[in-house]
Amino acid sequence: MDPMEQNSQGEQPVRAEPDSVRSAKHSRRAFLFKLSLAVNGAVGAVLAVPIIGYLLGPAMKKGSSYNSWISLGSLSDFPEGETRLVNYRNPVTTSWDGQTGDIPCWVRRVSGTTFQVFAINCAHLGCPVRWFAQSKLFLCPCHGGAYYADGARASGPPERGLFEYEHKVSGDTLMISAGKMPTLANQARVDTPLTQIDGTDATKRLMALERPEPRCGSCQG
Amino acid sequence: MPGLKQRGLELYGWFEQRLGLGTPIIEMAEHEVPENTSSWWYVFGSAATVLLVLQVMTGVLLALVYETSASHAWNSLQFLDHSVKLGWFLRAVHGWGSDFMIAVVLVHMAQVFLFGAYKFPRELTWIIGVGLLLLTLGMAFTGQVLRFDQDAYWGLGIGASIVSRVPIIGGWLVDMMLGGPIIAGPTLTRFFALHVFVIPGTLLAMVGLHVWMVLRLGINDWPMPGRVVRKSTYVREYDELTKKTGIPFVPDAAWKDAIFAAAIMLSVIACALIFGPFGPTGQPDPTIIQTAPKPDFAFLWIYAVLAYLPPSLETPVLFIAPVLGIGAMLLLPLIGGEGEKHWSRRPVAVLMLAVIAVTLGVFTRLGTYTPWSPIMEAWTSDPIPVAYLHNRTPLERQGAIVLQNKQCRNCHSVGGAGGLRGPALDAIASRMTEDQIIRQVLQGGGNMPAYGNALNPSETTALVRFLATLRGNDLSPAIDASRHLADSSETPATPLTEH
Ligand code: FES
Repeated sequence: MDPMEQNSQGEQPVRAEPDSVRSAKHSRRAFLFKLSLAVNGAVGAVLAVPIIGYLLGPAMKKGSSYNSWISLGSLSDFPEGETRLVNYRNPVTTSWDGQTGDIPCWVRRVSGTTFQVFAINCAHLGCPVRWFAQSKLFLCPCHGGAYYADGARASGPPERGLFEYEHKVSGDTLMISAGKMPTLANQARVDTPLTQIDGTDATKRLMALERPEPRCGSCQG
Repeated sequence: MPGLKQRGLELYGWFEQRLGLGTPIIEMAEHEVPENTSSWWYVFGSAATVLLVLQVMTGVLLALVYETSASHAWNSLQFLDHSVKLGWFLRAVHGWGSDFMIAVVLVHMAQVFLFGAYKFPRELTWIIGVGLLLLTLGMAFTGQVLRFDQDAYWGLGIGASIVSRVPIIGGWLVDMMLGGPIIAGPTLTRFFALHVFVIPGTLLAMVGLHVWMVLRLGINDWPMPGRVVRKSTYVREYDELTKKTGIPFVPDAAWKDAIFAAAIMLSVIACALIFGPFGPTGQPDPTIIQTAPKPDFAFLWIYAVLAYLPPSLETPVLFIAPVLGIGAMLLLPLIGGEGEKHWSRRPVAVLMLAVIAVTLGVFTRLGTYTPWSPIMEAWTSDPIPVAYLHNRTPLERQGAIVLQNKQCRNCHSVGGAGGLRGPALDAIASRMTEDQIIRQVLQGGGNMPAYGNALNPSETTALVRFLATLRGNDLSPAIDASRHLADSSETPATPLTEH
């Protein structure tokens, strides 16, 4: 049956070794095998260091090292009292990032050189919020989060106000510090917005007075 | 043709002498299984395996054209859809195959649970099966990312936002997931590696183990009320049953598997032909913010749950619920490894399955029409029904314009059109008095933002006047009962609104 049987030279007598010799040989070979396992383990460990280093590379960079100051345009682009959508090219990109390297943000010029620059990403789960000038609200298309003009949380699932970019006015240009997608992990502080619209606070305190039945029992303001 | 047959047999013999695989495979195929396992209920596992093979094949074919770069992935899908002969069809089969695979895996799991098939000695088969479910879902999620359209882009944003909430290592995990500071080229390539190498490799290996264990331990016998699984006796009983009623798996039992698999494949092909490929939706350009991202079908229920959870519960639920859910599934066979298998003796199990199925179904259904999402264009696209403007004063009509201009319609429907986020306004005046409406509009509350800063006094008056005319089918207006009491001593109460 076994094909190999036919090829083996049945003529040659197989020398039988004494048991003691065989067991000595076996224990030597078993030792060598264990040694080889240890050697391979060591090689594996040596190899693991660069592999893990490579894998963790993106996470080992300091968050702030991605950020740099970039210009959003000259002050005259932003009429006072208005909130506008501005796109910028992320300072850290690869050449094959394509359109994904263009990031939008909302710039609100309160007055003079007082600005607020909001991230496009909803503080709930990152969907793109849209500004509605007529009702002075940012609305999120995903789960209906709403924010007031100053970025403060108005209603819906977000637990905090919109993420804000650090910004400065240098000469005639508005600069922001950008580079990293804002998430709760790197923007966890709940900053009180720089500017408060009069009355927002007071109205918030009064909010709980009367609750008309919300559409879903479990989402609360 | 006897010569040809002889030739064929010789050829087979030549390979068999060297490979030695034919005999064990034939033995495996013909092994005896209890007659009662030849059932239309036992066909889902093999169908899932066939679908997996289909996915691997179509996946490889798509990879012939797909371009794994953030700047070109979307274009290469357009190219597949429109310029490559039958490219659209392969994309459609791969997409529908994935939906069918998830569905079949879920049905398989429900059947195994209902039939008590996870009990001794098949505990590990179930546990590996749980892993297979998670890997299948992992394939679906990563596959949706490779589509690299608007939904994929913002879906990644949602994924990163969820991951960022993990305590302490959240930021680190986001970096690992995105491969860089933003969703871009490196993000796509790592999801490609997951979707094409890591997950399918693991999946195939685990399917191998799963099938191996089914062969080794035998197919679960049809449960009978009163036939109790005991570790001490089960194997002997099963062997006896096999000896007494055994039939060869191929062909006596397998023909049902084969027919069902063919039916499933035909359904996939039919869906692909009729409904075509999924997307891609808009290009992955974050500066196009006119979008309402939505996950694929299999994840709609999660999307719905996230919308309904109260904010304070969200983070704990996001991380504790999956651990509990997966943990429970893994522990199930270890805790309930013995006892009754028949569903009529396991009412709690049946109830649980029913509750889970209905819950998933309801949330998925909600996810398809997202009542919690504002409809961003409603304020410009849905007019106020003419009937609501009949016999209204100029001030009230002015109020209708305010209602429209201030985007109220994005969340509130009027005449059946508009958002469902807030209550419909058609009969609002029969539920709230004018005072209550004023307060609600100005101060918000519940799920409504305050409009105090967005409305001037004359706009408010007009808006509230208009709302006060909306009383459904001429229901009587809401009355402030306390006002009535306070006023009754002086003047007779008058309705707050004139019709
Ligand atoms: S992502 Fe904005 S509300 Fe959920």
